[in-house]
Amino acid sequence: MLAPHLDKAFDTKDMQKVPSRNGYGEGLVEAGKRDKNIVALAADLTESTRTLPFAEAFPDRFIQVGITEQNMASVASGMAAMGKVPFIASYAMFSPGRNWEQIRTTIAYNESNVKIIGAHAGVSVGPDGATHQAIEDIALLRVVPNMVVIAPADVHEARKATLAAAKYEGPVYIRVGRSNTPVVTTAESPFEIGKAEVMYTRDESLPTPVGIVVTGTLLYNALKAAQALEAAGIGATVLHMPTIKPLDEKALLALAEGHVGIVTVEEHQRAGGLGGAVSEYLSEVAPIKIVRVGVDDQFGQSGEPDELVEHYGMGVEAIVAAAKKAV
Amino acid sequence: MHYLTSKEVQFLELKANQIRQSIIEMLVAAGSGHTAGPLGMADILTLLYFKVLQHDPKNPTWSERDRLILSNGHICPVLYATLAHAGYFPTEELLTLRKFGSRLQGHPHRTALPGLETSSGPLGSGLSQAVGMALAERIDNPYSSKYIYCLTGDGELNEGQVWEAALQAGKEKLHNLIVIVDRNGIQIDGYTKDVMPLEPLAAKFEAFNFDVQEVDGHNVRAVNDAIGKAQAVYSQPSLIIAHTIASKGVDVFERDFRWHGNPPGKGPEDRVPKDKQAEVALEKLRTLAGIIAKEDIS
Repeated sequence: MLAPHLDKAFDTKDMQKVPSRNGYGEGLVEAGKRDKNIVALAADLTESTRTLPFAEAFPDRFIQVGITEQNMASVASGMAAMGKVPFIASYAMFSPGRNWEQIRTTIAYNESNVKIIGAHAGVSVGPDGATHQAIEDIALLRVVPNMVVIAPADVHEARKATLAAAKYEGPVYIRVGRSNTPVVTTAESPFEIGKAEVMYTRDESLPTPVGIVVTGTLLYNALKAAQALEAAGIGATVLHMPTIKPLDEKALLALAEGHVGIVTVEEHQRAGGLGGAVSEYLSEVAPIKIVRVGVDDQFGQSGEPDELVEHYGMGVEAIVAAAKKAV
Repeated sequence: MHYLTSKEVQFLELKANQIRQSIIEMLVAAGSGHTAGPLGMADILTLLYFKVLQHDPKNPTWSERDRLILSNGHICPVLYATLAHAGYFPTEELLTLRKFGSRLQGHPHRTALPGLETSSGPLGSGLSQAVGMALAERIDNPYSSKYIYCLTGDGELNEGQVWEAALQAGKEKLHNLIVIVDRNGIQIDGYTKDVMPLEPLAAKFEAFNFDVQEVDGHNVRAVNDAIGKAQAVYSQPSLIIAHTIASKGVDVFERDFRWHGNPPGKGPEDRVPKDKQAEVALEKLRTLAGIIAKEDIS
């Protein structure tokens, strides 16, 4: 059963599809109104990262750094040292893709209060092709101490994550997507850094239940898969985990205890991302069969977002198949 | 900012000499670390912390302080020694350099030690951080008299990020940013002119819209004057190319790139055998101190 706080238009013709990056744009302006210390930096991708509304609302607090992602990360670190709360935005492939060391040393090791927005994450970037499809970014930043890593499900959650990051003291990475994504949550759905939410409750009368742990914009696919599994006689719980780090260990443990197997779902390499984090944790405290859905050690390619998600094995059917394997 | 009297020059030269002695003692105790850069920058660090910077060693986080960013983190022994001599922490602690549990990490860790403005080591990031500080200061207080000083190495200028930051500094006309380049002509693999030639260096930064000066980095009066002039530039960021001698103060180590990353006791042996290097260095520095102290400054 879908969680009651989800959008009632789920899977109807009224269901909206909006890029999650829009939520960053909305949240940033809102945060900027609340806190004059918030500044935004962009590296020649002001519009497509949705930094533009902030730049127009607060021109004195917007820094255009040109195409200098390494510089951008460290300029932000310097601004944070003076009390600013900088948000830096580019495509995830370039930030943290190109400036990982600057993020590690001048932001994370420095304990700088910088927020990093990686837009155009995942293969759903679409026609731009593999060079622009970041499917390694969760792994890259999950291994950096002091870093919080968040992959919001949709526009509402991206907005809430942006607002939460603005209040949180310390480095935060938020990955958002380029393409239209089903709006599954609502403005009222709960969001808290580090907290997972059950978005689909299993039918307890069904045997061999599977737990689906999902992060980011594949939440819709995970919910669809849960419905399909239920129709096929397999109970499925969907635990949505927008924060990959810190991991909500309590929620994972509860999930492992009540289910026969677990599937992880993310628009990322199968290595090192959510699947890695969940496997690392549960293998130590509550060993259980885990099947990881994600890109299998490949690069993406040009195509339409939906067909790429299908092709690389992250569609609804792939999740259903993985769930059957897990139980 | 004012011109230095002869007495002040003598004070600074003696202080820099003490700091050089501390550097030798620290490196020997650590058994690893960099010698050439720290000795070469001792005069400039001393001038900054004992004459130029608006700062308070008893209140390291004083919000109105000038900021000093050490971009080439590997020369941190000179920064640590200067901070200790300036009163940020006890000089005895200098001998913990690079030891387990020490606040004096092999490369600076901002949150570990009072007085550090950034963590550094990986080269080329300091100028961007200084640009960020200068920008933030200008947003908050356009009439601020706070300066952001950034020290960089010359080999470090190989890094692409430096030039990204230089573009940004020039674009933003950051008059409150003063960069000092330690132009000692060496890097780990050899002389900078062989590894990756930088000249014409002044012209490069001028082309990036910096006000550029060149000075003798061991003449504290000349460096002080250059900083004073840089502070008077209102339409551009400033950069001072400080020509320094690697390992300055210990003539038998000077100008030799092989002293870049070795401590006394592990350096090249052509002029001094390894087991005598520390002793000879300290003796040379003490002799120099005696000469400076005897100078007639009346």
